[in-house]
Amino acid sequence: MHPFTYTKATDTREALNAGRRGGRYIAGGTTLVDLMRETVEHPGTLVDISALPLREVTVTMSGGLRVGALVRMAEAAAHPKVRALYPVISQALELSASAQLRNMASIGGNIMQRTRCTYFRDVTADCNKREPGTGCAALHGYNRSHAILGTSDSCVATHPSDLAVALAALEATVHLLGPDGERTVPFADFLLQPGNTPNREQDLKPGELITAVQIPAHPRPLKSGYLKVRDRQSYEFALTSAAVALHIRGGVIREAKVAVGGVGTVPWKLPAVEQALVGERPSDRLWAEAVGHAADGARPLTHNRFKTELLKRTVERQLSTIGGTA
Amino acid sequence: MSQPQAAVGAAVPRVDARLRVTGRAKYAADNNPDGVVHAVIVDSSVGKGRITGIDTRAALAETGVLTVINHLNAPELPPRQGGFPPGEPLRAFQDDRIRFFGQPVAVVVATTLETAQHAASLVKVSYDAQPPSTDMSVADPAGEPETYARGDTDGALDSAAVRLETTYRTARNHHNAMEPAGVVARWEGDRLTVWEKTQNVVGAVRTLAGEFGIPPGNVRIISPFIGGAFGNAARTWVHSVIAAMAAREVKRPVKLALTRRQLYFGVGYRPAYEYALRLGSNRRGRLTASAHDVRSETSSYETYSEDVLAAGRMLYSTPNVRQVYRHVPLDVNTPTFMRGPGYSSGAFTVESAMDELAHELGLDPIELRLRNEPADDESIRLPFSTRRLRDCYRVGAREFGWERRRPKPRSTRDGDWLIGMGMAAGVYDTARSQSQASVRLDADGTALLQSATSDMGPGTATSMTQLAADALGLPMRRVSFRLGDSRMPPAAGHFGSQTMASVGSSVQDGCDKVRGQAITLAIADEGSPLHGVDPADVVVRGGRLHVKDNPVRGETYQRLLARNDRTHLEALGTYAGASESEKFSFYAYAATFAEVAVDARLGLVRVRRMVGVYDAARIINPRLADSQAIGAMVGGIGQALLEHTVTDHRDGRIVNANFADYLVPTHADIPELKAIYIEGEDFEADPIGVKGLGEVVLVGVAPAIANAVFNATGRRVRELPITPEALL
Repeated sequence: MHPFTYTKATDTREALNAGRRGGRYIAGGTTLVDLMRETVEHPGTLVDISALPLREVTVTMSGGLRVGALVRMAEAAAHPKVRALYPVISQALELSASAQLRNMASIGGNIMQRTRCTYFRDVTADCNKREPGTGCAALHGYNRSHAILGTSDSCVATHPSDLAVALAALEATVHLLGPDGERTVPFADFLLQPGNTPNREQDLKPGELITAVQIPAHPRPLKSGYLKVRDRQSYEFALTSAAVALHIRGGVIREAKVAVGGVGTVPWKLPAVEQALVGERPSDRLWAEAVGHAADGARPLTHNRFKTELLKRTVERQLSTIGGTA
Repeated sequence: MSQPQAAVGAAVPRVDARLRVTGRAKYAADNNPDGVVHAVIVDSSVGKGRITGIDTRAALAETGVLTVINHLNAPELPPRQGGFPPGEPLRAFQDDRIRFFGQPVAVVVATTLETAQHAASLVKVSYDAQPPSTDMSVADPAGEPETYARGDTDGALDSAAVRLETTYRTARNHHNAMEPAGVVARWEGDRLTVWEKTQNVVGAVRTLAGEFGIPPGNVRIISPFIGGAFGNAARTWVHSVIAAMAAREVKRPVKLALTRRQLYFGVGYRPAYEYALRLGSNRRGRLTASAHDVRSETSSYETYSEDVLAAGRMLYSTPNVRQVYRHVPLDVNTPTFMRGPGYSSGAFTVESAMDELAHELGLDPIELRLRNEPADDESIRLPFSTRRLRDCYRVGAREFGWERRRPKPRSTRDGDWLIGMGMAAGVYDTARSQSQASVRLDADGTALLQSATSDMGPGTATSMTQLAADALGLPMRRVSFRLGDSRMPPAAGHFGSQTMASVGSSVQDGCDKVRGQAITLAIADEGSPLHGVDPADVVVRGGRLHVKDNPVRGETYQRLLARNDRTHLEALGTYAGASESEKFSFYAYAATFAEVAVDARLGLVRVRRMVGVYDAARIINPRLADSQAIGAMVGGIGQALLEHTVTDHRDGRIVNANFADYLVPTHADIPELKAIYIEGEDFEADPIGVKGLGEVVLVGVAPAIANAVFNATGRRVRELPITPEALL
């Protein structure tokens, strides 16, 4: 670990000032401290934002949900409103990390977490995300856990967050506060695909702070849930995952929201699947047909070829779980 | 002189449980001798080649950095004789050669750990790197293979009514003990004291004395607690030499603990195997021949081998057997013992193949095994001391509900899950080695035993206390057993499931001697109520010697010793180990049963329940035994489904050298596990009738799971671990 200075912000203004001077925000610290220990990250200044008043979960006027950036994963997962309105979010959170981590990690930090790519985390390996221009060791290395969608020759790392998959499915927005004021970014635009600049991971300006994520109101009733496929049953990142939310009325799917994880450089929304579902009646055949195009554009690597098929099956299973076969 | 059994066989908790769970047990790196400083190893970031330069200026410029030792400034160490494994052991900074990715190339010593860590990241090493050879599947074996043959295997295979030809592969596994390798080294003149994590106190003395060219008497090893090892602390690795070297250079005690990442190339691993097997049998399932072609990885500088062939020679009656075991040297660090070494890797092949043969023949897998149960050990032509494997099958089948298994794969379903049952046999050699234990009975009626053995988890101090308590006729609370110090009487290495048999037999001997001394003293003493009694009629119970059939006639140790002005009685218990010319074949046995659920669409395997049944002869403490058996079933689930050390063959880097990427089972992966012990004793093996348990409990777990996966899905996976992609 490289030496650094630490300061604790008592209010938002103080945090933004420190952030503008190049300070790095830290909340639960469950990602950043690990990366600092591995010398992957070496911020000069840490700005502890954990005392800022960003810990509310509120129902918006329109019936959506606003979750403060500093709400702990465990708190959000257990929140009655989250559980009632968006089980997919509760489930994605509960299937993440470990209980200890969920008690520390914040919602804002969760979507900011960095990839588990082993080469990114090993400072002796080439990695464009960590050190632009050095190359991507994963592209032709051991890439079982890596992405098949949204990749580039510069980077094939998956985005590790389960929560982000659920937020992508539900078309959430990210609320930001920076030196130039507030702004709101659609979730789909917030996390960036690597392209030639895998070191740029979010649409964030220097010193900007996430204050909340907001999930829009969706027509009710909305059935939703999260399926995570992984080698072991707990405390592991997804090989594939699917967040599905369906609004079914009169036996017909009126609205479908589907995103997948473990396969993309960012949480991967599946509009083709959504379109194939809307206006149809739930059936095993529909699920099978709808996922036909789920992996379109996939660029599998040496060790993750299985993900193309597994992705389709994961979505199909979760559609069946949420939509039933009535 | 038989004593009543009170403590032995009781499921008592560990005598040191409170120390361990309250954090008061001091592990190696918990020691802080005066003036201790901290060392951090810098390891190679290339897999093969030479060091062309080391720039230590930035590191040395950090406040608190005392030195950076590397091959350019390291003291020359005397030449060292290799032991096991044969070859040239890795030395501390004696040349510029890189033998494997992660090899130590320098050590930074600083006054704080944080400074040493930071400074280590500032050391710049340049290399003339070459592409390493780390892929066993494309590398050639070297050296003489180990071979075995009996009968005419080719002929028998040619004429066999049923032939099976398969190749099985097992991944490299790492021990991943909770406690990292830690060491604190202190010199006083040319005397070296090392607080070490070791399963081999005596071996550590020998290695460190040899490394520094000092008499073994000048080295003291202290290792009272181990936080798990599974074999990786059986050797004294180069990091311990580095710590001692650093301590000598800076003239202060030095503490060094490997990081989790460094443990993947610092303390050995279970080697990967490729095991080709041909089986021949008749239509009734009697084996006629087996041919075993085994390859496993080793390092370029040492040839590690382990007993992967034994089960193929002796587990089943087979007239014709041929075995070849080849070692493939790679640019990797040397493998080492890992729980059930050799046997567990071999069992995956042999026990999977037996399941395949049973399926082929339409026989129940247990029935096939029973038909091939040998009358004696056909590999050495000796009778078995004890072999209760039939009982293991019978009891296991009953407890597990084996009769509910449907032989046809894919015939049991539960929602999205296919359900399957599988079983496998296990076997492990009953090793016994020379050991000593000192026994001292004090005038206050308490006893202290000491032996330079270890406890990596089986509860050595507890089981030895139980043995001693019964042998001395004392309640357990009046007996202390201390271990883990080379000043104590030497003991067998704490590996190979030999501790109970070896150290236990010396404990029994020492206690018998002390009890005998007390009895002799009493019957010769006119003031004793036992005066003149036949010594064979005297027993000790609750610290009181008395006539066996007349408990009223007797006295306590305290009274006896006080009246005779004796402060204590003492003796050295000894055990000679296995005989040079054994008259029996000694093995412990296991039968493991597993039920799995497989989501075939998603490739998921979940173990639903397991039952293990063991013939380990006498069980000293069922609670400790359960801890061994359940721990091994957990480890076996990992071996079967999760554990896989992955090397990037481009540069020899281990890519999953951490607990996020190297998967071990979590609690959620562990179902109901049940362990059962077949009652019995084996006094041919050793004077206390035990056979050793810690290894055999792992052997057969992985194939039982793989066989259950086949029964569930009809898919035969011949490679461990069984991953989702193999089942999609």
